[in-house]
Amino acid sequence: MRPDPQMPSLDVAARRTIAANLAVTGLVLLLMMLVGLLLRLTQAGWLGLEPDLFYQFMTVHGVGMVGIAALGGASVMWYFLSQYVRLNSGVLAANLVLFLIGVVMILGADLIGGFAAGWTFLYPLPARSSGVWGTAAAAWHLGGLLLIGVGFLLVCLEIGRALVSSYGGLGRSLGWPQLFGTSMADPPPPTVVASTMVVIVTTLALVAGATIIVLSLVNLMVPSFEIDPLLAKNIIYFFGHVFINATIYMAVIAVYEILPRYTKRPWKSSRVFLAAWTASTTMVLVIFPHHLLMDLVMPRWTMVLGQVLSYTNSFPVLVVTGLGALAIVHRSGIRWDMVSGLLFLAMFGWMAGVVPAVVDATIIVNSVMHNTLWVPGHFHFYLLLGLVPMIFAFMYYVTADRQDATSEDYDRWALRVYIAAGLGFVVMFLYAGRHSVPRRWAVHLPEWVLYDQLASIFAVLVLLAAGLFVWRFLVRVPRLLAAG
Amino acid sequence: MQELAWYLTVLLVAATAAVFAMVRWQSDLAADYGGVQRSAYRIRDRLFWVLLGVGVPIMALTLWDLPYVRAGAPAAPQVVTATGFQWYWDLGRTSVVTGQPVEFQITSADVNHGVGLYDADTRLLAQAQAMPGYVNRLRYTFERPGKYRLMCLEYCGLAHHDMISELEVKLP
Repeated sequence: MRPDPQMPSLDVAARRTIAANLAVTGLVLLLMMLVGLLLRLTQAGWLGLEPDLFYQFMTVHGVGMVGIAALGGASVMWYFLSQYVRLNSGVLAANLVLFLIGVVMILGADLIGGFAAGWTFLYPLPARSSGVWGTAAAAWHLGGLLLIGVGFLLVCLEIGRALVSSYGGLGRSLGWPQLFGTSMADPPPPTVVASTMVVIVTTLALVAGATIIVLSLVNLMVPSFEIDPLLAKNIIYFFGHVFINATIYMAVIAVYEILPRYTKRPWKSSRVFLAAWTASTTMVLVIFPHHLLMDLVMPRWTMVLGQVLSYTNSFPVLVVTGLGALAIVHRSGIRWDMVSGLLFLAMFGWMAGVVPAVVDATIIVNSVMHNTLWVPGHFHFYLLLGLVPMIFAFMYYVTADRQDATSEDYDRWALRVYIAAGLGFVVMFLYAGRHSVPRRWAVHLPEWVLYDQLASIFAVLVLLAAGLFVWRFLVRVPRLLAAG
Repeated sequence: MQELAWYLTVLLVAATAAVFAMVRWQSDLAADYGGVQRSAYRIRDRLFWVLLGVGVPIMALTLWDLPYVRAGAPAAPQVVTATGFQWYWDLGRTSVVTGQPVEFQITSADVNHGVGLYDADTRLLAQAQAMPGYVNRLRYTFERPGKYRLMCLEYCGLAHHDMISELEVKLP
C-alpha cells in the first residue's frame, strides 16, 4: 500500500509551521549530536576541550536534546491530532518563536557567559559557580528555559482546549466512559487518548519546572532568598522525568497512525489500551523519586514507591503498544521502506531501552550504578533508538510522494549504519557503566578511555547517518508544503 | 551486582531483539489479522501473569535489605564525616579498619556533590549524595585492606572530575 500523507485538515499555515518545526528539530539535532561527539572525543583523549568548555557543551547538549525531542514530538502529535480536533496553528508557530528565542538566550548564556550547571541546574549550583560564570549568565540561561517552557505550555493548553471542546472533557478524551462501561459509543482513537495523557502530565511538569526556575531566578537576584535543596531537587526531577517521558508519548503517535496505514490493519482503542494509558497517566507523575534513590534522607516509602512504580509503569503502555505494534506488523505483508523501517526500529529501541532503565531503578543496583555512564546508556537507548527514529520516520512520511519511493539504496544503507552504530554507541555507555565510569566527567582515567574511543567511532557513524536523514527531509520539504 | 545488571540487561535486550527479528522475518507473509490479534492478546495476557509472577518475588528480594540507615539508628563503630566543597572532600578521618561497619556521614558546604566509594580496581562499591543542609548516612563494611577512593558522583562545576580523595583501609 502506498501511504497517503495528505492531511486535508491541515491548512497551509499549519503545514508551514510543521515543516519549520521539523527543520529546526533536524538541524538542532545534528548540531547537538556534533556537540555530543565532541564530548566523547574529549573523554577519549582525541580532542582537547578544556573542562570549562566541556561542561558548557555538556549543558547545551542536554538542554538542546530535550528541547528538540519536545519540538519533534509536538510536531508529530499536532499533525495527527489535527484529524480529530480543530487546532489553532498560530499557537504552534508561537511555540517555535519562543523556542528559538530561548535557544539563542541559552547559547549566549552558556557559550559566551560560560554558564555550565547542566540541564538539571540543581540548586544552588546556578548561583554558586566559584567564579566560573556570573549571575547574568545564569539568569539568561534560566530565562531561556522559562521561555521555551512557556511555549510548550501554550501548546498543551491549546490541545487541551481543543480536546475539551471536541470531546466534552479530558476524562472523555482519555476514554473513561468506555473504560468504566458507562458508554457503548466508540472510544476515542489512540492519538486522542495519547494526546490527552500528554497534555495532562506535561502541563503539570511545565508548571513545576516554571516554579523552580522562577524560584532559582529570585535566588539569583536576592541571595538571601534560599530554597530547600532537597525540595528543589524533587521538583526538578519531577519536571525533567515527566517532560522527557511525555516527548516519547507524543512521538509514539506516529506509530499509532502510520503503521495501520502501511498494514491496512486498524489500531483501535481497546479497553486494555485505555486502561494502560490511564494507569500510565497516573504513574508517570509519581515515579520520579527513582532519580533520588541515593538521597538517603528521603523518606524510605518514597524510595520503595519509586522502585515499585518504575517496574509497573514500564509495562502497561509499553507491553500494550509494543505488542500491538508487533501484532500489526506480524504476517501483514507490510512494505518495508524508510518510514516503516524506522518505526519498527523505534518500537524496538523504546521497548529494549526500558530494560536498563528498570534495572537501574532497583535500589540495590542504583547504589552501584547511579550517576555512572549506565544512566546515559539507558536514556540514549530509548531516545537515540526510540524517539529519534520516530521523528525521522515522520520526516520521511510527511515528505513522501505517492509517485515516488520513500527510500533509495543510500537511505537503506544509512538506516543499517544508524542501527548498528546506534546500538554500539549505547552499549559502550552501558558497558562503561558496568565498569563504574562516572557520568559528566570532563577527564577520564586511562582505564576508561578505550570505551570512549569506541563510542566516538560509533558516534561519528550515527551522526553521518542522521545527517543523511535530515538532508533528505530538507530537500523534500516542498512536498510537505504542497500536499493538501 | 554490576555483572548481574549487565548480563540481565544483555539477555533481555537480546530476547527483545530476537522477537523483533522474527516478526520482521515473517512480515512478508500475509495472514488474517483476526487470528494474529487473538494470538497477540493471548501472549499479552500470559506475559502479564509471567511479569507479575516474576516481578513480585523480585520486589520482595530486592526491597528486603535496603542500603538505607533508619532515622535515629545509633552510629556505626567507625564514623567518617565527608563534607563536599567545590572542589575537594574534607574527610573527618582518612583511615579505617576492616571487618567493622563504617558510617559515612555525608554533607556539602556549597552545592550538590555525590560520594562514590571506589576500590583499588576502580569498582564502585556504594554511594550517596552530598547535599547542603542534609546529612546522608551511608554504611559499608570493608573486607579487604588497601587504598580506596572517594570520587564525586554529582556534577558540581568546573573541577567536578578532580574531586578524588583517598581512604586507607587497614587490618584491625
